[in-house]
Amino acid sequence: MKLTRTLLTATALVAVMASGAYAKQLVYCSEASPAHFDPGPTTGGNDFDASSRTVYSRLVEFEHGGTAVKPGLAESWEVSEDGLTYTFKLRPGVKFQTTDYFTPTRDLNADDVIFSFERQWKEDNPFYTYLEGLSWDYFQGMDMPKFLASIEKVDDLTVKMTLTEPNAPMIANLGMDFASIVSKEYADQVLASGNLADFANKPVGTGPFTFVDYQTDAVIRYKAFPDYYAGKVAIDDLIFAITTDPAVRAQKLKAGECDIMSYPAPADLADLQADPNLTVMEQEGLNIGYLSYNTTIAPMDNVKVRKALTMAINKPAIIEAVYQGAGQDAKNLIPPTMWSYNDAIPADTYDPEGAKKLLEEAGVSNITLDLWAMPVSRPYNPNAQRVAELIQADWAAIGVTANIVTDEWTTYRERGKQPDRPGAFQIGWTGDNGDPDNFFATLFSCSAIGVSNYSSWCNEDFEKAIQDAKKVSDPAERTALYTKAQEIFKAEEPAMTLAHSKVFMPMNKKVIGYTMDPLGIHRFDNVDVAE
Amino acid sequence: MLRFILHKLALIVPTIIGITIASFAFIRLLPGDPILAMAGQHGIKPERYEVLRVQYGFDLPIWEQYFRYVGNILQGDFGVSLSTKRPVLTEFFTLFPATVELALFAMLIAVLLGIPAGIFSAIKRGSWLDQIIMGVALTGYSMPIFWWGLLLIIFFSGYLGWTPVSGRIALQFFFDRVTGFMLIDSLLAGKPDAFVSAIRHLILPSIVLGTIPLAVIARQTRSAMLEVLGEDYVRTAKAKGLSPNRVIGLHAFRNALIPVVTTIGLQIGLLMAGAILTETIFSWPGIGKWMIDSISKRDYVSVQSGLLLIALIVMAVNLIVDVLYAVINPRVRVQ
Repeated sequence: MKLTRTLLTATALVAVMASGAYAKQLVYCSEASPAHFDPGPTTGGNDFDASSRTVYSRLVEFEHGGTAVKPGLAESWEVSEDGLTYTFKLRPGVKFQTTDYFTPTRDLNADDVIFSFERQWKEDNPFYTYLEGLSWDYFQGMDMPKFLASIEKVDDLTVKMTLTEPNAPMIANLGMDFASIVSKEYADQVLASGNLADFANKPVGTGPFTFVDYQTDAVIRYKAFPDYYAGKVAIDDLIFAITTDPAVRAQKLKAGECDIMSYPAPADLADLQADPNLTVMEQEGLNIGYLSYNTTIAPMDNVKVRKALTMAINKPAIIEAVYQGAGQDAKNLIPPTMWSYNDAIPADTYDPEGAKKLLEEAGVSNITLDLWAMPVSRPYNPNAQRVAELIQADWAAIGVTANIVTDEWTTYRERGKQPDRPGAFQIGWTGDNGDPDNFFATLFSCSAIGVSNYSSWCNEDFEKAIQDAKKVSDPAERTALYTKAQEIFKAEEPAMTLAHSKVFMPMNKKVIGYTMDPLGIHRFDNVDVAE
Repeated sequence: MLRFILHKLALIVPTIIGITIASFAFIRLLPGDPILAMAGQHGIKPERYEVLRVQYGFDLPIWEQYFRYVGNILQGDFGVSLSTKRPVLTEFFTLFPATVELALFAMLIAVLLGIPAGIFSAIKRGSWLDQIIMGVALTGYSMPIFWWGLLLIIFFSGYLGWTPVSGRIALQFFFDRVTGFMLIDSLLAGKPDAFVSAIRHLILPSIVLGTIPLAVIARQTRSAMLEVLGEDYVRTAKAKGLSPNRVIGLHAFRNALIPVVTTIGLQIGLLMAGAILTETIFSWPGIGKWMIDSISKRDYVSVQSGLLLIALIVMAVNLIVDVLYAVINPRVRVQ
């Protein structure tokens, strides 16, 4: 008996030692502290990396490295003929994480799904205002209250979602971070305890990693969730080392204090690329920097003038000078990583002589206009002031005088969206969900005039194409409609599409399997670390 | 003594009122609408805008907003962070020990190196050593903290690999935080190697944060010493045939210390300002980095209350220094 016990103890010890020796750890140098760990009300990419992409999962997921949607917690779904009813079949046997503050007694079911949306939607839900000053920005921003009629439980593993009007991008919305599925059982426990803030600070989900600890502004720790529905991930421990300064992140990566880092500074790229222990991956970001012409005010109400203005701009020179190798000439409004991208559209050509001829044809001369420059740096436009100066010089060459205008950022956007704002306005957009509708309809639909259609452009054919694409759910049909929309856009030139910025991801060579995500999220569920 | 302290406290009251006005005016003087500034690229719907305006009290007359703000503070309510939704006071005091630990270490370096350097410089006045020490002190005083920090990281952590790049402790150490002071907590957890790691992480940020106070202290010590060394009682001490060590250590230095102590007290405010940059470079989870993060997140409530709390702490420390000074030097009390 004693021998057996000794042997058992020895075996257990060896097992513990072995697991200790082989515990695979990945350290990610992240750029900012998360506000908290509830992906519903948060809006920052760093918030989502730390919550929705680690701890939580959604009904549908974006494929790795792309924007196409695949089954997640819903193993399948059906859309009714009229496009108004979505019926989701939930995956059976999906477990919630067990932590030292919560032990689930049941698997995921329809109640969790319904609760996850109703807490953001129904004002009488006790979690609607569970934190002071809470707002559900994405749920509101994606117009979910407008589109949702009801969410009902058909049975434990079936949920029926009814819409008020057909809206094909809805499926992509459900893959977004705000649509992460939370545990109703855990919410009830938190509610009973009276300490509601725990729901945001001690997360429980069905995602690949279990939350372990957060040391404010310093370190977040996770461990692999052994019962993750898609199978336990390859690494055992995931650590976020919060390092705000990009140059310091780069030094940490080089010194081996972290294995992978986000957002390197352009100035550090060459050094990181030259390091034999590191790999630097790159991809076009899901964004667009553009120059909106107000199409309702002369002379820019004339398409020939708009075409001439674009033709006079030396885009490659601007991209070279301002984006410093981290920008790609944008010929369409959507970036090439997005489905339905129309590659047949020719790139804008720099042709000052042609531009002059077009202006002559339009019968306008001595044009003077306002050229707006954003006061802030954004990924899609790192230095709008410099861009404005370069455009000003290009336009001067064809006899167009541009006055550069700027303002404080919030006032800038407020003034910019007024339908009677004169001139050409620099602005941009970062995609939310990888659906083309999120670019076309948000930025150039007729209903967005005065909101985010800075060109005040309302074109009947374009509008019909993008609205039709909302109503059909067949991807091929939608692609055809968006392809056409891009042709109309190019022919009408309501804006000069300047560039998509590139995103870089430096990592140690021992990191295996990382895929860059066009949506800008950082996911570690498919990553392994070489021994 | 009590009268002295009461007098000092009475002087502090108008300063506090001034600071509440300054921190309150801060968000109202910034260009742009604070609520619009909080909204992301989707903007904000007019209904929601109105709700938030009322919620944050921006719809009230400005004087009423101010009195509400002061009233809340008097009740210990510093508001709730717009970003994390946690009470600002809780956030502040969770992170405060990290800043104190760093500031104490920086001060320790500044005092331990600054005072001897100043004394040495004064004794060897006019020598090439004096010139070098004062030249280095002037360079230290003019050093841009951000650049200096990065330079040290690149050289000592990147090139030589002697010190960790950033953070408070190596990632493998994971224990309960009892006091928030990493050096104490690591010992409480019974992990001496964690203690060593915490010390190693303190070296570079303390040097960076301590550089300016070090320069100031060295220069102040030098001039105080020079003044004292010219006094009659020092000449008398020398004439009595006392050893140079006794003359400098006992007669000159003790008297020169009084202005130096004041200088050290005055460095506290400077340390807080330096901590903002130092903590940002070294990813040091203290209140300096927290303030910068709050500004970049447009978390006005945190910035407003953070400013006030830091100012209150600096004033409290200055008051303590004043009192200590009065204890050391009774003449101050009489004046």
